Amino acid sequence: MRKKGLTAMRLSTLTYYFREAFQSILRNSWLSVASIGVVAVSLLILGSSLLLVLNANNIADNLESSVEISIFLKDETKPEELKELEDALGALPEVAELRYVNKQQALEEMQENFGEQRDILAGLEEKNPLPDTFRVKTQTVDQVVPLAREVAAYPQVDQVRYGQGIVEKLLDLSRWVRTAGLVTMVLLAIAAVFLIATTIRLSVFARRKEIGIMKFLGATNWFVRVPFLLEGMFLGLTGALLAVGAVYYGYISLINSIQVSLPFMQLVTDRSLLAPMLEGLLALGLAFGAIGSSISLRKFLNA
Amino acid sequence: MIQLSKVSKIYPNDVRALNGVSLRIRKGEFLFLVGPSGAGKSTLMKLLYREEFPTKGQIIFDGKSLVRMRPREIPYLRRSIGMIFQDFRLLPQKTVFENVAFALEVIGASKREINRAVPAVLAMVGLGEKAGVFPDHLSGGEQQRVSVARAIVNNPVLIIADEPTGNLDPETSWELMKLLADINLHGTTIIMATHAWDIVDYMKRRVVELVDGRIVRDEEKGAYRHEA
Repeated sequence: MRKKGLTAMRLSTLTYYFREAFQSILRNSWLSVASIGVVAVSLLILGSSLLLVLNANNIADNLESSVEISIFLKDETKPEELKELEDALGALPEVAELRYVNKQQALEEMQENFGEQRDILAGLEEKNPLPDTFRVKTQTVDQVVPLAREVAAYPQVDQVRYGQGIVEKLLDLSRWVRTAGLVTMVLLAIAAVFLIATTIRLSVFARRKEIGIMKFLGATNWFVRVPFLLEGMFLGLTGALLAVGAVYYGYISLINSIQVSLPFMQLVTDRSLLAPMLEGLLALGLAFGAIGSSISLRKFLNA
Repeated sequence: MIQLSKVSKIYPNDVRALNGVSLRIRKGEFLFLVGPSGAGKSTLMKLLYREEFPTKGQIIFDGKSLVRMRPREIPYLRRSIGMIFQDFRLLPQKTVFENVAFALEVIGASKREINRAVPAVLAMVGLGEKAGVFPDHLSGGEQQRVSVARAIVNNPVLIIADEPTGNLDPETSWELMKLLADINLHGTTIIMATHAWDIVDYMKRRVVELVDGRIVRDEEKGAYRHEA
């Protein structure tokens, strides 16, 4: 028996692999289109939820760094009590930044915020209703709530305000999107893999006679397998390319319209964050195709 | 070249196809395998190209044990064996040339090797003019000669033919036998299962008769029926 060693793959063999793969795709064109579609939809959903999560986290991060506790003081607070409170707050380890804003400054800030419509505030100078305030930033966002509670108990303090709930809600939202997106995506991924497996099974079935002949002529299992693997990977990759294109252009146009209408929304536009995600989607598409084909071929080629 | 020692094959449905068969086949022999349908002829041949695995016993092919052979070595075993079937097993969507070339393609031969070897074997089986024709446009005898060309294009050491004349009329059967005898003359061992008694009687080659999975007769220059 002559057993040749592994020689470099010949060009004619490569041509053969690709020719067979594409012939199969054309032969089962409808099923091929369906496989591509399911891969595209599942990766589209994955990509969109990834973008949502990415942005929700980004917004939450921005909000976290800007969360401030406003401590409104009682009107009757004496200057020495004020000093006492300032020292007490300054000594707390959680406090990263402490700023005192008196009634006068608070009013000026408010007038500034109102801009053109500052007339509404006219007359408030004589009897300023705003309290003296301490503005506190904490080291981390999860210190906000306990610190606010603690400070509220101080005798000089009238009221404590912070962005109650907003940060928590955003983080909840991003967690929810992540879970829902992941569950949908896993279900659709399974559907995509099995649809590709079905497509490949049909291709194998259409060529079972040929495969039988190949095997008695001494073709290796890999020689029989490669065209089907290529076929599956092509279906997966095409679906992934559609999904990546849709996600990318959809997101670009979203960014453009949001930057006009809601300029304060800080969306992620960093390419170094987006590129690996899109590449990951392509890799997943390829993986779906390869797994789907392997499932169909495993049963067929175990002899 | 081939040695079977006490080989038994029992199929999963408890059919005992071969029962303690021992047989030695020398290089360059032309051997007829005869016997009633279901006697185990096909099973014996399938064991030789490892389509089936013996339940018991040992088979040595060219010094290698087929029992201990690993699955990934099987393709290389089959490259040294040419196979011819009763139903030809040609690919209808490929031309005569492509069908023969396929045997070289699947083992990774280059275009140049294919273009050199295929016309030569087609000329040898007398189909040089029909290279571009599709199998459906050929007679049964011509189709079987394509399958012979495919079997020999790879220079096998052994040809296994399972009732190759089963679908041919007497005249084309004789042509096929002349072709096989010629190939055998060049040193290729041939094992042929057949019911064609006239061919066996005329050729006067070694005859091995199987009945119920046992060898009941093994004669040099034998006939289809045992002559008392």
